[in-house]
Amino acid sequence: MIRSELVELLVRQNPHLRVQEADRIVATILDSIVDQLASGGRVELRGFGAFSTRDREAREGRNPRTGETVAVAAKRVPHFKPGKELRLRLNA
Amino acid sequence: MPNTGTLTRADIAERLNQEIGLSKAESAALLDQVLDNVTDALVRGENVKLSGFGSFLLRDKKERIGRNPKTGVEVPITPRRVLTFRASQMARETIIKGN
Repeated sequence: MIRSELVELLVRQNPHLRVQEADRIVATILDSIVDQLASGGRVELRGFGAFSTRDREAREGRNPRTGETVAVAAKRVPHFKPGKELRLRLNA
Repeated sequence: MPNTGTLTRADIAERLNQEIGLSKAESAALLDQVLDNVTDALVRGENVKLSGFGSFLLRDKKERIGRNPKTGVEVPITPRRVLTFRASQMARETIIKGN
């Protein structure tokens, strides 16, 4: 499923919504998750899962093409842990 | 929007209410529907790719031998389907920049 299919599905389930509105609803939900992670917090969606971030230390990387050493800055990367209910349903 | 701590369903519904002007009840219901639609697709075995946000990807793991760390007894770990999330480049950049 891709984003436009999710939006279409939402319109079919809620005939009073226009595509543009459903699109904005999906965007607002996804933005609120990204914004929360960007500000250092986490997101917990019971039954679905939890989004958090993990800190990666600065390290020396290598350009695989040239073999040159390059500095990779410390960064915060997003992480998702599926909820128990979702994990069980995937294996039901 | 809290700058640390944990964002929950109620907070996201609140933002739908504030930004789009949907009623609180409808906001909560739509958020549930979005998560249910994603879940249903994954349960059907479909990967879910949400551009600008990230992809939920399913991986099938074969059976392997594990060990109970407490007793040292070998036990088979049954084959299973696991879910991973890969954030999009755009989401990664926004998160690195912070706000």
